[in-house]
Amino acid sequence: MSANAQTHHILPIRVYLAVGTALLVLTAVTVWVAGHDYGEYNLIVAMIIAAVKASLVAAYFMHLRYDNKVYLAVFVGALLFLAVFIILTMLDTLRRGDVNAIETGPIDQNAVIYQQQVIDTSHTGAMKSVDSASTHTSPAK
Amino acid sequence: MGATAIPEYNFLRYPKGLKSWLLTQDHKRIGVMYFAAIMFFFFVGGLLAVILRTELFSNRSSFMSSDTYNQFFTLHGAIMIFLFIIPSIPAAIGNFVLPLQIGAKDVAFPRLNLASWYIYVVGAFVCLFAIVSGGVDTGWTFYTPYSTTTSTSVVSMTLGVFILGFSSIFTGLNFIVTIHKLRVPGMTWFRMPLMVWGLYATAIIQVLATPVLGITLLLLILEKLVGIGIFDPAMGGDPVLFQHFFWFYSHPAVYIMILPGMAIISELIAHFSHRHIFGYKAIAFSSLGIALVSFLVWGHHMFVSGQSELAAIVFSFLTFFVGIPSGIKVFNWMMTLYKGSIEFKTPMLYALSFLFLFTIGGLTGIFLGALPVDVHLTDTYFVVAHFHYVMMGGTVMALLGGIHYWWPKMFGRMYNEFWAKVACVIIFVGFNMTFFSQFILGTKGMPRRYHNYLDQYQPLHAFSSVGAWVLGFGFLIFMIYMIHSLMRGRPAGNNPWGVLGFEWETTSPPPPENFAKDPVLSHGPYDYDTVLIQRSDIAAQRPVGRA
Repeated sequence: MSANAQTHHILPIRVYLAVGTALLVLTAVTVWVAGHDYGEYNLIVAMIIAAVKASLVAAYFMHLRYDNKVYLAVFVGALLFLAVFIILTMLDTLRRGDVNAIETGPIDQNAVIYQQQVIDTSHTGAMKSVDSASTHTSPAK
Repeated sequence: MGATAIPEYNFLRYPKGLKSWLLTQDHKRIGVMYFAAIMFFFFVGGLLAVILRTELFSNRSSFMSSDTYNQFFTLHGAIMIFLFIIPSIPAAIGNFVLPLQIGAKDVAFPRLNLASWYIYVVGAFVCLFAIVSGGVDTGWTFYTPYSTTTSTSVVSMTLGVFILGFSSIFTGLNFIVTIHKLRVPGMTWFRMPLMVWGLYATAIIQVLATPVLGITLLLLILEKLVGIGIFDPAMGGDPVLFQHFFWFYSHPAVYIMILPGMAIISELIAHFSHRHIFGYKAIAFSSLGIALVSFLVWGHHMFVSGQSELAAIVFSFLTFFVGIPSGIKVFNWMMTLYKGSIEFKTPMLYALSFLFLFTIGGLTGIFLGALPVDVHLTDTYFVVAHFHYVMMGGTVMALLGGIHYWWPKMFGRMYNEFWAKVACVIIFVGFNMTFFSQFILGTKGMPRRYHNYLDQYQPLHAFSSVGAWVLGFGFLIFMIYMIHSLMRGRPAGNNPWGVLGFEWETTSPPPPENFAKDPVLSHGPYDYDTVLIQRSDIAAQRPVGRA
C-alpha cells in the first residue's frame, strides 16, 4: 500500500516483545546446536538459524514488512546478487579437481619434467643429451 | 545574427564567478566539469598509449626500461578505465543530457551530484599521488599474489580507485531516482528516449556492482598492510578468490562502459535516419538484459587461472547469452537505417563507425568466450585487440558521436563540420591500423604486456605503432577544431540537427533552469512519421525565419 510509505506505522509493544523473545530463543538454539556435530551440515544449520533471525529483525524491527514493497524488492534483490556471487564462486572453490584430480594436489617439487635420454648419434660418434620433447618430434622428419 | 545569436541568459554565463562554478548544483555545469576532467585524463592516458606504442615499434628496448614499461601500461589501463571510460558517458554526457531529455529542471539530488564530482577529483588526486610516489606495475587488475608482494604504490592506487567508486555509485543512485521521479507528466517508461533507458541500466549496475569493487580493494589493502591472509594460501586463503571478487565487479563494469555508449548510438541512429527507431522495446529491454547477464559471466576472465573446470564450463556457456541482447541491438539499429533518410553528419559517421567496430569487437568476444579457444588466446594481443575494439571502437566512438551531437547544446556553438569529418575518418583508419594488426599478432602468439618480443612480430608491431600515431593525429585535429569552436564557432541555434527531443526545444546553451517554461510532452522522442520539425540553422539562413 502506498499509504504505508507516507504514514508512520506503529507496532503494538507485544509484537516487539514477541519478536525479541523469538530472537532470544533462537540464540539459545544456536548455542545448543553448536554442541552437536552435523558434519558438513554444520554451516547450513547455523546459517538457517541466522537467516531466520536476520529476517525477523529486518521484517519487524526495521519495518520492512509494513513499508513500501519496493524496499523489500531492493533488499531481496541485493540478497539474490550476493547468492549469485557466492554460488558461482563456490562452483569454483568446491569443485576443483572434479575433472583433473591432479590439479588439486600440491606441485611435486621433485617431479621429473623431461626424461633425460642419452642417444647415440652414430654419424659423429658423439654422445648427445636430448630431452624427450625433441625426441618425440624427431620421427616426423 | 539575430535569431541565432547565443542567448545572453545561459547556464555557462549565469551566475558568474569561479565560486558559482565550484559550488554549483546545476547538473549542466557539473556535466561540463566532468567533461573537462575526463577529457584531460583521456589525453593523459592517450599520450601514455602513444609512448608505449612508440617503444614497441622496435623489438628491443629503445628508450624505456622494462620497469618503466610495466608502469606505463598499468597507468594507461588504470587511467583509461577508472578515470576516463567509466565516468565518461554517464557522468559527463549523462549528467548534462538526462534531465533535459526527461524535461526536468535538475537531477533528483543536486548536492549529491556535486559531491560525486569532488569525490572523483579526490580519487583522481590519490591516484596521481600513487603515480608520483613510486607508480604501479601490476596492470589495472591488481591481481594477487603479485600485487600483495610488489613494492610499488599499490595501496594508494587502489585507495584512489576505491574513492572513485563512490563517485560512480552516487551518480548511479542519482540517475535511478531522477528517472523514477522527475519525468515530465505523460512521459511513460516507453516514451522515454533510449538514452534514458541505457543510463538507467548503467545506473543499476553501478549501484549493485561498485560496492563489490570497494570490498575487493579494501581486502587487498588489508592483505598488503596487515596480512589478513584471505588471498594467501599459506594462511588458508586463495589468490584466485581475488580474481572472483575483482571480476564480479569488473565484468559488469565493462557494461557500465558500453551500455551508455549503446544508448548514444540508439539516439544518433534514429535521429540521423529521421525514422522512428525500430524495435524500441526490444532495445530498451535488451539494455536491462545485458545488465542482468553481466553479473553471471565474470569467470570467463579466469579460464586459465586455476578455477575448477566445471566453473569454467558453466561460465563459458553463460557468456554466450551476452550475444543475444547485443545482437538484438545491432539488428534493430540496422533495421532503423533501412529506408531511413540518412544524413551523414559527423555524429552519424561515428555511429556508423561504432556499428562496424563494435560488431568486430563483440564477435571476437564470442571467440574468447569459447573455453577451448580462449585457453590458447588468453593473455595474447588478441585479447588486447578485442577489448580495444569494444571499449575504444565501441564506447569511445559512441562518446565522440555524443560529444559532436550535444556539443552545440552544451556550448551553443557549432564546430567545423569538414574538419570534424576528416578527423573522424583519420581516427577510424588509425584505429583499425593499430588494433586489427593486433588480432593477427595475437593469433600468432604474441603475448600481451611484453616489453621486448621476437623478431617475427616486428613488422606487425611497427604497423600497429604507425596506426597509433595516425590515431593520435586524428585526435589532435579533434582537439584543435573543438577549441576553435569554443572560441569562435558559429552560434548553433536551438535545434541545429532538426531532430526531436526535449533537449532541442530549449535554447543552446540552456538557461540555468533548463526550460523557460514547463515543457509539455506532445509526442514521443522518435515520432518522425507524425511530427514535422524545423532546423534552426536552415531557418536562420532564410530571409524570414519561422518562429
